[in-house]
Amino acid sequence: MDLYDWLLFLHVLSAFLVVGALTALWALVLGTKPAAPILSPESAMRFGRIAGGLIGAGMGGVLVFGIWLAIDVDGYELWDGWILASLVLWAVAGWAGGRSGQAFERDPIGGRRAGIRFQTVYSVVTLVILVLMIWKPGA
Amino acid sequence: MNLPLFVHVLGAMLLVGTLFAIALATLIGWRRPDDAAGLTRFSLRTLFIGVLPSYILMRVGAQWTESEANFPEGFEPDWFTIGYITADAGALLIIISGTLSGIGLRKLQRGSGVGFGRAVGVISILLLVAYLVAVWAMTAKPT
Repeated sequence: MDLYDWLLFLHVLSAFLVVGALTALWALVLGTKPAAPILSPESAMRFGRIAGGLIGAGMGGVLVFGIWLAIDVDGYELWDGWILASLVLWAVAGWAGGRSGQAFERDPIGGRRAGIRFQTVYSVVTLVILVLMIWKPGA
Repeated sequence: MNLPLFVHVLGAMLLVGTLFAIALATLIGWRRPDDAAGLTRFSLRTLFIGVLPSYILMRVGAQWTESEANFPEGFEPDWFTIGYITADAGALLIIISGTLSGIGLRKLQRGSGVGFGRAVGVISILLLVAYLVAVWAMTAKPT
């Protein structure tokens, strides 16, 4: 395996970490519906903190290995439109994810609506980034 | 846009995410026995609602990607074989997990069934390790 293979593997693995942990958080949202919660508040909070931490780690990995890839690969430049768009969307996702985590952490019941709203924004933006990564418009 | 690849990758990511949810709930339940029943119910339902549809999405995407790619006859590099092995062995383990989940959910109504949840959790961890290898094979593409 050369450097490119490692960078691509770590970049994709980080993306799996982000989307995987985000999926787990959606499962948590379904499992803590106020009308019929399956999980206790303590277990839900522990679950949410671990998944949230993994999203943060994945976001960092995606960015670092993604930028490294863009620099390392001859065909790509950091200022390519689809890469710039992805970087901007990454920042938007980071903001929405942070706000979602804060809302759930501050008040898991009262902040649930806001938490879900920001998590939805995070999910949609992440999906758009995934489309850009596979489509690579202009590359 | 390579739609078949998008479907395959999205399905794989959702599959890993739902398996991760099961594994995490199982591990938390092991450390919090007083809440194990709720966490087990969460795990077993996640398998039906999340893992099974995600697997189908991933597998359909894989087959669609392969048919669109028009690989030459006899095309069988190692990464391709690893993908097939992890997907097909994964299907078998997911079917076993589905059976255990069905039994476990019924037993939970009578106050037992945590063991079934733990078995499904262990299988989920094994699958996550297998899919880590699959992600490596799909990206590094060893020949």
